[in-house]
Amino acid sequence: MAQTELWIDRTKCDGSRLCAELFPERISLDDWGYPIIAPGPIPGSLMPHAQKAVDSCPVLALALRRVERRPPPPPAAKPS
Amino acid sequence: MTTLSLFSGPPPAAGAESFRDHTQRLGHRPRGDRALIDTLDRSGLVGRGGASFPVGVKWRSVQSRSRGAAVVIANGAEGEPLSRKDRTLMALRPHLVIDGALLAADAVRASRTLLYIGEAHGAAAAAISRALAERPPAELARLTLLGAPPSYVAGEETAAVNFVNSGVAAPLATPPRPFERGVDGRPTLVQNVESLAHAALIARYGDAWFQSLGRHHAAGTILLTVSGAVAKPGVIEVASGCSVDEVLALAGGVSGKARAVLLGGYFGGWIRADQAGSMVLDPSGLRAAGGSLGCGVVSVLDETADPLDVSARILQHLANESAAQCGPCFFGLRSLSAATTRIAARQADNGDLPQLHRWTAMVKGRGACRHPDGAVAFLQSALNVFEPEFVAAAGARGRRAS
Repeated sequence: MAQTELWIDRTKCDGSRLCAELFPERISLDDWGYPIIAPGPIPGSLMPHAQKAVDSCPVLALALRRVERRPPPPPAAKPS
Repeated sequence: MTTLSLFSGPPPAAGAESFRDHTQRLGHRPRGDRALIDTLDRSGLVGRGGASFPVGVKWRSVQSRSRGAAVVIANGAEGEPLSRKDRTLMALRPHLVIDGALLAADAVRASRTLLYIGEAHGAAAAAISRALAERPPAELARLTLLGAPPSYVAGEETAAVNFVNSGVAAPLATPPRPFERGVDGRPTLVQNVESLAHAALIARYGDAWFQSLGRHHAAGTILLTVSGAVAKPGVIEVASGCSVDEVLALAGGVSGKARAVLLGGYFGGWIRADQAGSMVLDPSGLRAAGGSLGCGVVSVLDETADPLDVSARILQHLANESAAQCGPCFFGLRSLSAATTRIAARQADNGDLPQLHRWTAMVKGRGACRHPDGAVAFLQSALNVFEPEFVAAAGARGRRAS
């Protein structure tokens, strides 16, 4: 079944910290000011907060994604 | 105990095998089709770039999406500082690598095939380039040689795709993964050159033959780069399933007394010497057990070396090689490296050792690629194996231990 999760493009995130202020239920900050997102689907009751956090990101690094529960895809190869 | 498969044929001193000799010895390249993917599944071949992912599964994930427009990238970037096996393979058996790339391209129905070779690996690139000139024009027209920048992350598969698309060899956020959307948005197979060379032999001799090369239910052979405190460092080919002790014997034995073995390279981990010897080198088995053979690096740390200093220098290299795209990787590895370096210099602050443990957990899983994960896994292994040294050094501010 489809669920909604927070997804972050780490290559875009520049640590504005706004998301953690607006959605502290699921987003905390690491020692360098970058978001730590608690894993798992976002319940409906928290969706307004999640949406605010997404909308606030100045570099559009944060997104809400519908995910189907399915077997994981092949992992990326590590550099050799 | 040596089992040769990739390095069967002329001895290393003979240099690159010519196309004529290659074809005489092994016959022409067989068909690359869906049946070959099934054969690869049964063979048990797993990727040799580091992740040990099953090759057949990877090819099928691209083939099923291809519609004749997929892209194949033969990955010979080899940015791991302790690895030499890919460049050695390309320098000695360029036609096996090319055969493998063409077989993959046929099997996944690719319209473009790129040979992505580390630009710092001059002999390998020259051998591949000369080998291409020996191939029939129809094959040559399908292949493009591309220099990979000399950075650690350039060989990461999304970085390879990014480099082809934009000229920047930095990893991309996933999903999509390359098998979904890669070069020019098309399904893309990024496969290590050793994996491709094995596939070229499996296509000729079959999965049962490949299985029979390994020992104790491990499949095939593996290329290893043996370095550090051994009499004869270098690249060797061994049967999958052999032990670290056998590998060290093949490398002329340990010179001096071994303290620990670094297995898998900078992304791998330390293992105590007394526990490493009996370890069985089987990529699938190690992966199933939560370990990793990585890209086949076996490096021996001598008892006279300072393990903290060696570990700090490796961590510093990994921190410097962050693509500086993701905050937790760039800042996290920099902090971890600085604290480890202070501890190794016996100049630690009180909080440094607890911080290493905390930051290790904090950084893991928070990059677009697995660079930070590999770096903290390496540090974790150092903290485990050299725990007494870390504890002593962290409390030894201003006094140089040993």
